[in-house]
Amino acid sequence: MISIKVPPLGESIVEATISRWLKKEGDVVAQNESLVELETDKITVEVPAFKAGVLTKQEKKEGDVVQVGEEIGQIDESASVAASTPASAPAPAPTKAPQPAPSPSPAPARAPAAAAGGVVTAAPKTSPAVRRIAADEGGDPAQVAGSGPGGRVTKGDMLAATSASTASPVAPARTPAPAPASAPSAPRAAAPPPSASASQNGRETRERMTTRRRRIAEHLLESQHATAHLTTFNEVDMSAVSAVRDRLRERIEKEHGVKLTYMPFFAKAASLALKAYPAVNAQIEGDTVVYKHYVNLGIAVAADNGLVVPVIKDADRMSMLEFSRALSAVAKRARDGALAMDDLTGGSFTITNGGVFGSLVSTPILNYPQVAILGLHKIQDRPVAIAGKVEIRPMMYLALSYDHRLVDGQQAVLFLVRVKELIEDPAAMLVE
Amino acid sequence: MTDNLEPDVVIIGGGPGGYVAAIRAAQLGLRTVCVERDSTLGGTCVNVGCIPSKALLESSHHYEFAREKAATHGVMLAEVGLDLGAMQKRKTGVVAQNTRGIEYLFKKNGITWARGSATLKAGNEVEVRGAPPENSVTVYKPKSVIIATGSVPIQLPFLPFDEDRVLSNTGALALGEVPERLLVIGGGVIGVELGSVWRRLGAKVTVIELLPSILAGYDAELAREAEKAYRKQGLDIRTSTRVTGARRDGDRVLVDVEKDGKTETLEADRVLVSVGRKPSLSGIDANALGLALGARGEIDVDDQMRTNLPDVYAIGDAVGGMLLAHKAEDEGMVAAEVIAGHNSHMHYGAIPAVVYTTPEVVSVGMSEEQVKESGREYKVGKFPYSANARARTAGESTGFVKLIADAHTDALLGAHLLGPTASELVAELTITLEFGGSSEDIALTVHPHPTLSEATREAALAVLGRAIHI
Repeated sequence: MISIKVPPLGESIVEATISRWLKKEGDVVAQNESLVELETDKITVEVPAFKAGVLTKQEKKEGDVVQVGEEIGQIDESASVAASTPASAPAPAPTKAPQPAPSPSPAPARAPAAAAGGVVTAAPKTSPAVRRIAADEGGDPAQVAGSGPGGRVTKGDMLAATSASTASPVAPARTPAPAPASAPSAPRAAAPPPSASASQNGRETRERMTTRRRRIAEHLLESQHATAHLTTFNEVDMSAVSAVRDRLRERIEKEHGVKLTYMPFFAKAASLALKAYPAVNAQIEGDTVVYKHYVNLGIAVAADNGLVVPVIKDADRMSMLEFSRALSAVAKRARDGALAMDDLTGGSFTITNGGVFGSLVSTPILNYPQVAILGLHKIQDRPVAIAGKVEIRPMMYLALSYDHRLVDGQQAVLFLVRVKELIEDPAAMLVE
Repeated sequence: MTDNLEPDVVIIGGGPGGYVAAIRAAQLGLRTVCVERDSTLGGTCVNVGCIPSKALLESSHHYEFAREKAATHGVMLAEVGLDLGAMQKRKTGVVAQNTRGIEYLFKKNGITWARGSATLKAGNEVEVRGAPPENSVTVYKPKSVIIATGSVPIQLPFLPFDEDRVLSNTGALALGEVPERLLVIGGGVIGVELGSVWRRLGAKVTVIELLPSILAGYDAELAREAEKAYRKQGLDIRTSTRVTGARRDGDRVLVDVEKDGKTETLEADRVLVSVGRKPSLSGIDANALGLALGARGEIDVDDQMRTNLPDVYAIGDAVGGMLLAHKAEDEGMVAAEVIAGHNSHMHYGAIPAVVYTTPEVVSVGMSEEQVKESGREYKVGKFPYSANARARTAGESTGFVKLIADAHTDALLGAHLLGPTASELVAELTITLEFGGSSEDIALTVHPHPTLSEATREAALAVLGRAIHI
């Protein structure tokens, strides 16, 4: 009987939620076939079967929160049809060429020892200490690089692989930071709460915080505590961009299959403004300021189980069309729960849009360790004064939250003004 | 065997290195000629080393048991007598069994035994001169040559061997009567083993050692405990003692020694000089051939046993290092395989060294001193045989197992045993070293009860801080 355990999932991740069993009890599974999906903050991880066999038991249900190392099911490997590995030919000694194997007889998975009546499982390729560590800590020796003779996994290798300070082979080393939430955000519920209990005669309901929610909470708090954050505002007349969009929307959709939204315009405007005010695209590392000569734009997207901020790399080098495409693709991946580590890391600046839900004005939280975030809002027709006359224009309030430790007020304001100017005169974006 | 004068390989020397290389080469399909000038194959090991000494150690052990210990088992023996002649005859018989066995293996594998002395000439020609009266000369032109000429005992300039009163291992093994007083100069493996044999058989034995402890090169704690055990048995061991001079005086040999400034003259009827062995390059004129040698006259080789001369390999005592038959054998196999085109390499990290006294002394891997020197953090686990059930039932509970492991990864670094049949018990530890295993691997492995091997497991548990039986 092989135990299915929750593998190490990465730095400081101690638990996950079972989001989906991919195999049912009684199913035959092949070696390395995925058995179950585990969900952590942002990433869904699949646990493979270490050995072929039959999934005999699912000890945890979908929605259960499980700890790293916990057993969540069992596979009966003797029930599989697979041929066992022959153990007849002696393994070549590290120092010499392999001896010719004496008349190889296929060795079956060993029969139970006759006299003692003990059951002996098929010959393991791991040493006792390695198996003990795998049992205690939940690592998979098959995924550990072996430094011993012949590539064997030694006890030292296993200790290194399962210690908290090293990355696991399954999940990425650092979890991506969850999206900063603009005030009202992600109205959709997170993963089904593991346990809800009523108390006080039904006047209250208690739900355990999901892993994801907890991490989002931690991240936001970290953002608040680590930065000198404040927000500056401006407003932008969307009529010029609206006009461009209206003129081109149909053709773009027909020729390129891409729906032209406002976001690519803001992405372009922000990219150009970041070039002009590089402090807004920088980061603080200890006592060093890192100025980035690229723009990796994070765009807040509402996915099924919460807000995610996929990053479009080198957005400044893309045309609006290319950006549109990239954004569509990644948004789809986000909705399908198929985001990769690469999609969620490396951002230098973020744009969030509370306007889709109706927000008129807000103060976005910084996507730490980035030093600024641009908030877009609802476009609303408003009377504005233009050349002494009152005109109705489609107006949007822009908010730039920034980290005053690095970005000073003047830069923040000028940055936002530049964005405004570029949006109000889109032809200017052609020139730069 | 048709005399093929252009074989694939000629091996010079039929000792453990040479004859094993020959058999391996033949297995790999190489046409092989092995030159041995002695009347029997097997070299020093089989004829005047490992085999005869183990035979005498075995016999003398039984003699001592019969005299000293049988009664404690309730085995009442009227009078225990010694027939040294019979003992020597048995030894000779065992040696002959082994040499004949090697001859048989040669025939079985189609190896040509070129009887005679070899001289290696330029261009990899090997000239073999047969013994008188024929004095035949055969010249082989092989593709490759393996030099396996072994070693010879180092002689003290003021006390040359005569194998009568001043003995090397050869003479010490062949004595026809038990000496009254045997002086052993050199407290290494040979001195301690042969000294033990004669002590058991009734000689008064004194071992003189220049260094502060006997068995130099072994783990210091192991050597110290072994020395204590030998002293208890009645071996007079004098460490930090220098031999300053010696001379014959009729039937006796007088040896001057000096320790801490004090001098003394010791008297003995036989002296065994066992101060070490040096490479024998018999028939190999290194200078003329341009063969590179090391600091002590050993042939310089890489880990594939290649010398600096193309297609010339060297193995065994001739290349120095650990002067052990099994090291020579493995080097022989590597050389044969490399010649046959395999990518074999010799590695020296797990070669056990054994002293076949009672108790036996065994080391494999790094000594504690070597580990300390390497700067690695380490842990030690020890378990005494006095706490081992099987040792108690056998009445042989002197000794201990000592394991040294890396403090962080628990990788086994060295194993040192003093005790009964330690030479057999070390195999488990050698394998652990070869597999890059840890002390926990040993601790998690079931060892049968009651056995001496349980002490090994307990020592492994001791490394982890949780020995059960102590």
